Amino acid sequence: MSPPFIDSAPALVVDNLRKTYGNGVEALKGISLTVQPGDFFALLGPNGAGKSTLIGILSSLVNSTGGDAQVFGISVNKQRGKAMQLIGLVPQEINFNQFEKPFDICVNEAGFYGIPRKIAMERAEKYLKELRLWDKAQDQARMLSGGMKRRLMIARAMMNEPKLLILDEPTAGVDIEIRRSMWQFISGINAAGTTVILTTHYLEEAEQLCRNIAIIDRGTIVENTTMKRLLATMDVETFVFDVANVPGQLPTLAGINLRRIDEHTLEAEMSRSQDLNSLFVVLSSHGITVTSMRNKTNRLEELFVRLVENGRNGTLKEKAA
Amino acid sequence: MKASANLVALNTIVRREIMRIMRIWTQTLIPPAITMTLYFVIFGKLIGSRIGEMHGFTYMQYIVPGLVMMSIITNSYGNISSSFFGAKFSRAVEEMLVSPMPNWVILLGYVIGAVVRGVVVGALVLLIALFFTDLNVVHPVITFLSVLLGATVFSLAGFVNAIYAKKFDDIALVPTFVLTPLTYLGGVFYSIDLLGQPWRSISLINPILYMVNAFRFGVLGKADVPIGEAFIVMLVFVAGLSAVALHLLKRGIGLRS
Repeated sequence: MSPPFIDSAPALVVDNLRKTYGNGVEALKGISLTVQPGDFFALLGPNGAGKSTLIGILSSLVNSTGGDAQVFGISVNKQRGKAMQLIGLVPQEINFNQFEKPFDICVNEAGFYGIPRKIAMERAEKYLKELRLWDKAQDQARMLSGGMKRRLMIARAMMNEPKLLILDEPTAGVDIEIRRSMWQFISGINAAGTTVILTTHYLEEAEQLCRNIAIIDRGTIVENTTMKRLLATMDVETFVFDVANVPGQLPTLAGINLRRIDEHTLEAEMSRSQDLNSLFVVLSSHGITVTSMRNKTNRLEELFVRLVENGRNGTLKEKAA
Repeated sequence: MKASANLVALNTIVRREIMRIMRIWTQTLIPPAITMTLYFVIFGKLIGSRIGEMHGFTYMQYIVPGLVMMSIITNSYGNISSSFFGAKFSRAVEEMLVSPMPNWVILLGYVIGAVVRGVVVGALVLLIALFFTDLNVVHPVITFLSVLLGATVFSLAGFVNAIYAKKFDDIALVPTFVLTPLTYLGGVFYSIDLLGQPWRSISLINPILYMVNAFRFGVLGKADVPIGEAFIVMLVFVAGLSAVALHLLKRGIGLRS
């Protein structure tokens, strides 16, 4: 039975967490963040930023050198067993026995959590079916494709029906169709009440799925806010227009940088405060027919690069000073 | 976790280990049976018939308990070191490390798996031995306990080896350079009464000598060392190696960063 404070406590509280490896590398420099129950939280950062170290500490694979983390009010350091009951982990690297069958991998995982075999077998069937792996349940895991192996790790992480699901780059190297089916599954899990923490390098994935976000770089949190608020800070957007014809002389508009890409494509870089109507009016008056348009850049990707670069420049300035 | 949940977790590891042994039976069960058959033919029949009696038994009867114990020791050790290191190497060990399962359940599960392999191989070798000679087990309880303790000691030792191992070579190192010489010098093929000093005294610091002789006492009723002493040595090793293995698991040596 869950302790009574579980449902009232934040899903995750990371308090001044530090990790210095034996070789002296300071992977986490005292980070703090809070994830509320039911949230879909993005944890982003470049390679080597400290994301996997943080996830390693939360899942008890890495020993912290300072601070603490609490999962639904339970300390990972002091009550590891109880905290682990609440967590499901989908790691970055494939980490199951490739000679075992997916069904056995899932049933064994449940066994490690003390879940009786009968229930474990029912759950294994349920989640392998939901992740479209049931027809492979009795094959050796090494025979599965890369995408199937990733889905198997999600099914395995669901075996203890965790209250907090941590996904460390779950869609890396997965084709778009499978990626979308995985998004659908994870969104469903989140809608049913499971708190989800996602790290990914596909920023459109984070933008579409997550409500809150933390960006980590070089062991420190450089941004921690809601996705909406973060995206609202972005003031410049680039639109791509597919046009029927591009005249030799492009119209000029105040505050809009209009460029010709080829004879059927235009690009307009403009402030978010400017409306598109005036642009369409001008294009129309110059005889340019727009057949379709799209936003060129991934907004989050642009912000991500900017935040990380700003953070690093700041660090460089501090060092120079 | 609750006691019932721990039992489920323990059962899961043991079942998985036994499945592994059965899945690769051509590597786990057949080779030791073939090797020991050759020992029986060459040392027991061909050479043994010219050696004569030892402690009132034919040479074949004398070496059977030693060879059975040797099989139990090497297979228990080999099972746990390769299985646990394999899990470490493939990172499948993380499945257990991120679970709420206590460390003692992980250790006990692997040890039981290794003891099962040792006992199954020992039984196979004993069965083969009956084709070559007659044997009556004099003290069944002592025989059973010596098998259990001997297998447990070397399961624990194999587990410690697997924790420290960084590559597959590291789990072959100890059996080749430590286990095999100690086994051969542990009274499997001879009574230490045949040795002069100081070799007889030196032999007494070899833990395998006590395991072989405890089992031999159980089967034949004769041993080179007092049976109580043999059990004390085995119990001390079980306690010491368990403490070391649990300490290493708690600290996460070789397992957690």
